[in-house]
Amino acid sequence: MKSILSVLVENRAGILARTAGLFARRGFNIESLAVGETSDPTVSRMTIVVDGDAGVIGQVEKQLNKQIDVIKVRSLDGGETIRRELALIKVAVGAQNRGQITDITAIMKANIVDLSPTTATVEIADTPERVRQLLGLLEPYGIVEMARTGMVALQSGNNGIGE
Amino acid sequence: MKLLTGAQILIHTLIEQGADVVFGYPGGAVLNIYDALYEMRGEIRHVLVSHEQGAAHAADGYARSTGRTGVVIATSGPGATNLVTGIAAAYHDSVPLIAVTGNVTRDLIGRASFQEVDIVGITAPIVKRNYFVRQTEALADTVREAFEVANSGRKGPVLIDIPKDVTAQQARWSPGPRFCPRPAPRPPDAEIRAAAEMIEKSARPLIYSGGGVAFSDAQDRLRAFAEKIRAPVCTSMMGLGAIPASSPHNLGLVGMHGTAASNMAVSRCDLLIAIGARFSDRVAGNRLKFAQDAAILHIDIDRSEIAKNVPVDLALTGDAGECLERLTALLPDGPSPQKAEWLHEVLRHKAMNALPDAAGEGDEVNPREVILALQKVAGPDLIVATDVGQHQMFVAQYYPFQRARAFLSSCGLGAMGYGLGAANGAAVGNPGRPVALVTGDGSFHMNLQELAVSVTNKLPVVVTVMNNGVLGMVHQWQNLFYGGRYSSTELGRETDFVKLAEAFGAAGLRIRKRSEILPALTRAFAVGGPCVVDCVIDARQRVFPIIPPGAASEDMIYSEYSEEQR
Repeated sequence: MKSILSVLVENRAGILARTAGLFARRGFNIESLAVGETSDPTVSRMTIVVDGDAGVIGQVEKQLNKQIDVIKVRSLDGGETIRRELALIKVAVGAQNRGQITDITAIMKANIVDLSPTTATVEIADTPERVRQLLGLLEPYGIVEMARTGMVALQSGNNGIGE
Repeated sequence: MKLLTGAQILIHTLIEQGADVVFGYPGGAVLNIYDALYEMRGEIRHVLVSHEQGAAHAADGYARSTGRTGVVIATSGPGATNLVTGIAAAYHDSVPLIAVTGNVTRDLIGRASFQEVDIVGITAPIVKRNYFVRQTEALADTVREAFEVANSGRKGPVLIDIPKDVTAQQARWSPGPRFCPRPAPRPPDAEIRAAAEMIEKSARPLIYSGGGVAFSDAQDRLRAFAEKIRAPVCTSMMGLGAIPASSPHNLGLVGMHGTAASNMAVSRCDLLIAIGARFSDRVAGNRLKFAQDAAILHIDIDRSEIAKNVPVDLALTGDAGECLERLTALLPDGPSPQKAEWLHEVLRHKAMNALPDAAGEGDEVNPREVILALQKVAGPDLIVATDVGQHQMFVAQYYPFQRARAFLSSCGLGAMGYGLGAANGAAVGNPGRPVALVTGDGSFHMNLQELAVSVTNKLPVVVTVMNNGVLGMVHQWQNLFYGGRYSSTELGRETDFVKLAEAFGAAGLRIRKRSEILPALTRAFAVGGPCVVDCVIDARQRVFPIIPPGAASEDMIYSEYSEEQR
């Protein structure tokens, strides 16, 4: 089972290594981990997607909460959440099939951000499901390389863990 | 193809990779491993230590002195954490070392179980690579890869952490080939040519050699290179022995406690050729002023060392020996009057600015004289280990190392307590060769329990304790830089090192007078087993010259009176 953890931490050197170490030691598998500043530059938000049963997730949450540098931890599994991921996908395309890529990107609300005679780089910022769907559509053309940010997420509406 | 337990796979693979001895200490999490060691005791020797730190230093001393890979085994938790200083020492000095730690069974990992620590997390910054082995099937290849990693490129320690149940489970094992280090980077011909041109154009070249020369077994090629370009050679501590002390090109140690000749040459040269050296703060105390009038050619196998501490004009990333060979072949034979004049000037400076006199006054025991006597008594085969402090600097300054791998010292980490373990390891790895540990009464107290190991294994280690009742180096700094406020450096201990040696089952001797130095050391080496020689020296002995930390070579202090002398 995949779970999303939203973690507010002090924006300090070494905290990323410390948090990642916490997962590694117990053999928990981090699927993705995205970090960035919040509206308060002294606080960073980590969005961690981790694979494990409820017991594992509960343990991770408690271990994170114990860290002095961790301000708040919230599991985003229940309730409505806005989830987004950014991906850059470089596809092998020439003049003859570039039109098909243009169609796919338009329908998927993605953008072509770079073109060369033999490649097109597609940018998508969407839910992980839509990113996966786009990848499936582009795969037959040949993916040269790809960079993904990992998921970031916030609770919808007025709900939040505050900064 | 055999069905073996993880523990048997570990030992079989260690033997397959060339390990003939392991240093270690048993415990709960490594019971299976020790059972396999018992089973294979005809093919691999286990040396039991007194404390795991001693095992790590022993594996280090074994590796430095033999050029082989040191192996150390410790149990989980405290066994593993006791290795940390030894692993860090090996990392600082690029020593190939395999540390094997047991851990609790997989289902207990991450539960703060009895004797559980995250040693992979703890050692991450001080190893080239570490592994947590989750599957018995992966164990053999992990060990093979560890040997390859430890010995490829710039050498260093690797840690393998194995849960107890992984050592109990069975898996198929079949023998594999001995590791083969990955090929070192090879600089293109154009770069070698550019370096040769730089050397040809220079009038005042100086070679600064480090530990990389010995790790590449390039001593002969360094000598041929130096002779061809008529360059003087200074060395870092790790580089001692890279050029024979008796070579007319040798200027000795460079840096903080380096010779006046070495440091003068650094200031005066127009081309500094650094080989397998890293411009550490003990060499280049003031990075901005170090060799500021010279172009710098840096030869190193580790790309990340290039331009790390000082900017360089040209770098060759590759194996020291290979680079030197290719460079030497390109350089023309024949005289270069400018270079010959430069070498002559440097050697004249060396002759006029010798290190402080090694002879004691009257009956006084001068530690420098004891160090010179070691070589006279034990001969050129002697391996010298040290601890850390004044005695270490006296050895680095005065002992005439004629070959590489004969000096064992924690140069980068500066770990007091390193020496006795290292000396034991060297004695195990070099049967028939005499081994001396030069230590101080401060350092010796840190790990003297390893004397029990020397006794049990009848290791011919002569321990010379420079006993001045103070923590000499810190005492010296308090004298020079803290107005003589001797905070916690006057030991006030009553330890009788002769009785202590005897209590451990070793021989004990004492030197109180200058005239006793040679007879006592002669007797000590004649024992053929461990012997502790208590050398009573004056606490006012200071290591000179010294370049104060952060200062440049022109700020060198030659003696306690040098201010007034100027």
